Amino acid sequence: MVDAAKQSASEKPYLSIANIVKKFGDTTAVDGVTLDIQRKEIFALLGSSGCGKSTLLRMLAGMERPTSGQIILDGQDITKLAPYDRPINMMFQSYALFPHMSVADNIAFGLKQDKMPKGEIDARVAEMLDLVQMRKYANRKPYQLSGGQQQRVALARSLAKRPKLLLLDEPLGALDKKLRQQTQLELVNTLESVGVTCIMVTHDQEEAMTMATRIGIMSEGQLLQVGTPAEIYDYPNCRFTAEFIGDTNLFTGPVVVDEPDRVEIEAAELGGRIWIDHGITGPKGMQVWASIRPEDVRVDRDPVAAGPNAAKGSVAEIAYFGSYSVYHVKLGSGKVLKAMVPVNRWHEANLEPPTWGDQVYVSWRADMPVVLTR
Amino acid sequence: MNIQRLFKRLKPGRGAVISIPYFWLLLFFLVPFFIVLKISFAEQDLAIPPFTSLMNLEEGGLLHLTLNLGNFDFILSDDFYAKTYLSSLQTALFTTLMCLLLGYPIAYAIARTDPARRNVLLMLVMLPFWTSFLLRVYAWMGLLNENGLINSFLLAIGVINEPLMLFHNDFSLYLVMVYAYLPFMILPLFSHLVKMDGRLLEAASDLGAGPIKAFFTITLPLSKNGIIAGSMMVFIPAVGEFVIPELVGGPDTLMIGKVLWNEFFDNNNWPMAAAVATVMVLLLIVPIAFLHRFETRQLEGKGNE
Ligand SMILES: Nc1ncnc2c1ncn2[C@@H]1O[C@H](COP(=O)(O)OP(=O)(O)OP(=O)(O)O)[C@@H](O)[C@H]1O
Ligand SMILES: [Mg+2]
Repeated sequence: MVDAAKQSASEKPYLSIANIVKKFGDTTAVDGVTLDIQRKEIFALLGSSGCGKSTLLRMLAGMERPTSGQIILDGQDITKLAPYDRPINMMFQSYALFPHMSVADNIAFGLKQDKMPKGEIDARVAEMLDLVQMRKYANRKPYQLSGGQQQRVALARSLAKRPKLLLLDEPLGALDKKLRQQTQLELVNTLESVGVTCIMVTHDQEEAMTMATRIGIMSEGQLLQVGTPAEIYDYPNCRFTAEFIGDTNLFTGPVVVDEPDRVEIEAAELGGRIWIDHGITGPKGMQVWASIRPEDVRVDRDPVAAGPNAAKGSVAEIAYFGSYSVYHVKLGSGKVLKAMVPVNRWHEANLEPPTWGDQVYVSWRADMPVVLTR
Repeated sequence: MNIQRLFKRLKPGRGAVISIPYFWLLLFFLVPFFIVLKISFAEQDLAIPPFTSLMNLEEGGLLHLTLNLGNFDFILSDDFYAKTYLSSLQTALFTTLMCLLLGYPIAYAIARTDPARRNVLLMLVMLPFWTSFLLRVYAWMGLLNENGLINSFLLAIGVINEPLMLFHNDFSLYLVMVYAYLPFMILPLFSHLVKMDGRLLEAASDLGAGPIKAFFTITLPLSKNGIIAGSMMVFIPAVGEFVIPELVGGPDTLMIGKVLWNEFFDNNNWPMAAAVATVMVLLLIVPIAFLHRFETRQLEGKGNE
């Protein structure tokens, strides 16, 4: 008993967001989000445009006042604190660097507000410039920097005060794709070397998967699922997550068989049954969805044994990605099923790769589909 | 920025467009200025026009050029003129400062309101222009007069027993000057403030700067060019203002505009009036050229590096 109490005390979340709501007139931008974040975590908020990610972040920074709910950081209720009183710093999507100040002055701005002695400010600014490798540019003005350099200055400025919580709103949104991928790992390394607790917003799922220790999927102001990148990819809990993270094939239909060792779904679009040997059991007749990842689908030229988890179709399109190809297979119902096929798949079997219009057979193992109820 | 270089770099069509304002300035500023300059070197004469010509072709094909420096000499030697110039600059400077102190919060507030109401407020700022400037000054006379509206009202409700001296003194001078020039301060300030990125203030607040600190470290420095533009638009015409000091100013108000008027209309001394005007233009051009260089240097820094 005592041990358990001790343990839960030490594992008390660093940041605790409790049932927070933000309404703008009629629109509810954030609709009851509850979330706990641990110390030194890099948490990514992921969701489509307009789902309330920025609003949630701005409430943490104090730029928006929540309609209801509570935010507790390191044991302190900060819900009603003004932005300039919060031990939280934010890196803005547009960077919001002060155009009339040099790089060094931008980084020193927050420290000056704390009335830090000049010597300490200089030391901290130098440290931050080294951290983001911008020492050479200390006296430049922001407009004299490239996009990637501005991003690093913005990061240095938001880290300079050693905030308890760092907020990043689409930190790499303004960079082109190549620079973005380079910068992602660089950013994670910097964050980890500083050891800051961090919440970042992005609508790039790859970025979230690369950078975050945990991901929260948001849609229409609600947090649908929270988990590690692997958990979210392998066990999505709803259709939105399954489709948003990675690519998937969704089939819907009623549960027709519910046995201890399997569930069978009558999927009209497949023209057959989906047989699943794991996961939830549901009452017969219940409408559910089965999600099958393209990489779990096997494509054959020869007929496979008729039965569940298989169908016949014709190749409608092939997208070539180097080491693999994605086949779009048109089923009898007209539904297009995506299958990811490694390039050497045909080679090894000594087969001619199927091309447009060829008849193929698709199938998957019974442990592959994930059943979704919403 | 070198103008010739600028022209060379522009396409012909753009060069033509840009030459229109230059042509305008040439025709309506530079040419008149040289005419005035020419007159300032002439002597008063009983003729039409009432001054001597500078060049005379004499017998034997001798071209005689007479430059009369007497007017300038007189301006420099009689300290009445120095005092008047100084007092004009002082009045203009004080008016500019008052307009800035009053206009900045107004411009700031307008820039911060939502766009739908913003236009209404801007309309209100510009509304006085719908009435003639002269009429508005006369309206102030009616208000401030010894038995004007304000005094009658205060007397009627018994707040005062004797009429207040609101008129023909420095108070009325500055009141009407500031009233007349305020819009010229507000409009350029507004156009700078409205462009300011609100996220910069959010960033300042996020980094620990309270609203007042954020204003002085972010908003004010970023609106510097608006302050310069607005101040020039008030200061320059205020130096030469004639109507307001004449109609509502005190009897001892020394303004260069008034001196000009006297020389021109009362003494019919065109060369003297022209010399007074020339000195005033030179007095204004020096600080403006300085400011302009300061500004272009900043702009060029932005473009080059
Ligand atoms: N100040 C505001 N006034 C009114 N509505 C707002 C305001 N700010 C945001 N909204 C609305 O709240 C919703 C959520 O906006 P938010 O900016 O949080 O989205 P987001 O998830 O950050 O989207 P994006 O990925 O495009 O940045 C949107 O429907 C938006 O229109
Ligand atoms: Mg956003």
